[in-house]
Amino acid sequence: MDVLQLIVSGLANGCVYGLVAMGFVLIYKATEAVNFAQGDFMMLGAFICLGLTNPQFMGLPFWISVPIAIAAMGAFGYALDLVVLRRMFGQSQVAVIILTIALGFVLRFAAGLIWGHEPISLQTPMAGQYVRFGGLVLGLNELIIILVTVALTVILYFYFNRTKLGVAMQASSQNQLAAYYMGIPVKRIHSLIWALAGMVAAVAGILFASKGSIDPSIGLLGIKAFAAAVIGGFGSLPGALLGGLIVGLLEPFASRYIAAGYSQIMPYLLLFLILVFRPHGILAQVHQKKV
Amino acid sequence: MRTVFKTSYDADINLFRHGAQRGWYILLLVVMLVLPLGVSSFAIGEMTNLLIWSIACMGLMILVGQTGQASLGHAAFLAIGCYANVLLQERLGLPFILSFPLAGLIAGIAGALIARPMTKLHGIYLAIGTLAIAILVDDFIVIAAPLTNGVIGLFAPDIDIFGLSFNRYANPERLYYLILGITLLVVLAYRNLQRSPLGRSFAAIRDSEISAQAMGVNVARTKAVAFGISAGITGLAGALMGHFAGIFNNETFNIIISIQLLLAIVIGGLGTIHGAFFGAAVVALLPQAISMTRDLLNQVLGGGSIAIPGLESAIFGAILIAFILFEPSGIYGRWFKIRTYFELFPFYRRDMFRRQKSYLKTERMR
Repeated sequence: MDVLQLIVSGLANGCVYGLVAMGFVLIYKATEAVNFAQGDFMMLGAFICLGLTNPQFMGLPFWISVPIAIAAMGAFGYALDLVVLRRMFGQSQVAVIILTIALGFVLRFAAGLIWGHEPISLQTPMAGQYVRFGGLVLGLNELIIILVTVALTVILYFYFNRTKLGVAMQASSQNQLAAYYMGIPVKRIHSLIWALAGMVAAVAGILFASKGSIDPSIGLLGIKAFAAAVIGGFGSLPGALLGGLIVGLLEPFASRYIAAGYSQIMPYLLLFLILVFRPHGILAQVHQKKV
Repeated sequence: MRTVFKTSYDADINLFRHGAQRGWYILLLVVMLVLPLGVSSFAIGEMTNLLIWSIACMGLMILVGQTGQASLGHAAFLAIGCYANVLLQERLGLPFILSFPLAGLIAGIAGALIARPMTKLHGIYLAIGTLAIAILVDDFIVIAAPLTNGVIGLFAPDIDIFGLSFNRYANPERLYYLILGITLLVVLAYRNLQRSPLGRSFAAIRDSEISAQAMGVNVARTKAVAFGISAGITGLAGALMGHFAGIFNNETFNIIISIQLLLAIVIGGLGTIHGAFFGAAVVALLPQAISMTRDLLNQVLGGGSIAIPGLESAIFGAILIAFILFEPSGIYGRWFKIRTYFELFPFYRRDMFRRQKSYLKTERMR
């Protein structure tokens, strides 16, 4: 029973990591850029929802503020690409990495100014409710996190493989020039993908906030999610979720069965091993071209 | 515009391109040498800090600017150098003059060993791998508490060379001269590396791995060597940072420091020694500049001293965003453009340094 409980809480954590990782992968898949501020996007999404919901701020009902927060993050992502990242078009990946790191600093500062640096908890209707399965007691929020994540993954998977826009996104990633020739508006596609990443980050942030209190530095969780994305295979959406789940499950078990101090390095150790032995992740996306 | 006529084969690899350039650098050296006579001991401390940061930036510059490999984990090598230096002095009783180069060597070997399996990676994967290393080293310092004293940290003893003691507070000028000398040696080593075959192969790898391979450069080995040299110099800087700070623990060299180091060399200008110094100046002097501005504002507006957490990194981030968007070649690039404008005075054209348009292709299908 104990093990099952650990598994469920690990899965719930892993889902949040997986969602943030998916944001990385979305942007990477479509624009070949890496958004190191994805964790801060998640933080911002969580705080927007919190600012709308909590009574000391706006005090709106939770179910109204969630879509507003998601839409706001989508608009933020779109605007960010339009104003800042479009100028980086065609520049090296490392420049974009550095830009987004700097962006993360600025976002963290802005959130700290608006909502303060003390941990606040989001007031959700699910808080403190439990579901009983036989002898097993599960938090309702954990179950909802898992369900939402699975649903979102399936939607995104079909979106990328079945819809016209999704295929256009993949095409513009694989070869920008060729995509232009095929009549794909590559720049607008990029803005849309940043909007999508912002929305996914908002979902991840709200789910994360439903588990406990948040402060502006939770964006650093992005590093762990990043590890998850690489473990699963950068550029693969199911891989990102898989990586997130692995990291999420690894953590509670490591902290339970391995001495303290060693346990928190396990995700990074795994990341390092994966990079050494299987550099493109478990679900690799790299195909060697045959000459 | 000065035209340099090359009359011997050595003209291509001379340390200075022409006599006037040598004159300017000698002038700079003289200014640096007489500086402690004219300024307060606080300013000397800041200058010392700047020089230490420049050594660290040069270390990273060899990897990022010269070889074109991104690293987000160089704080790890700062930490290795710092701990190695102090532990060699305290546990083995080695004098600073031995422990300091050994610390660099240990950091360098660690860098080369770590790089060996990672040379297969490039671009973002390398960045992530180095990020993981920085986090692992941070945690390892906590785990190895019997040796490193964990989160409590270690005290760095005063630097002592043949009975001469160097302390930041007791005799700041002496420490400044020592570090100025070390910086000068590192600059010379860097400059010599640039014009040696090894440095040329670094540049070849940066510009195109495939063509470097075709020219007979052993890419994997050269990358590992670049990592090693870079980590070694960073380790030296780390050892000096330890002595400068006096006390340090695992948090002193956290992931933010690695990122700041990378951001510094981007602001300064990638691929140039000047860039390392400009970037170091921004990182080392920004906190002081912010607090001075704040004091000034408080005096003018008459408000109390308000501390805004995170302001420093936010301003740093904003400066960086502005640079990447408007001047990707950094402070040195801007200076180079201004200089060229005056050198060519009426003939400078706006598009002279225009970047070529390029389109990305995926890395995933090769």
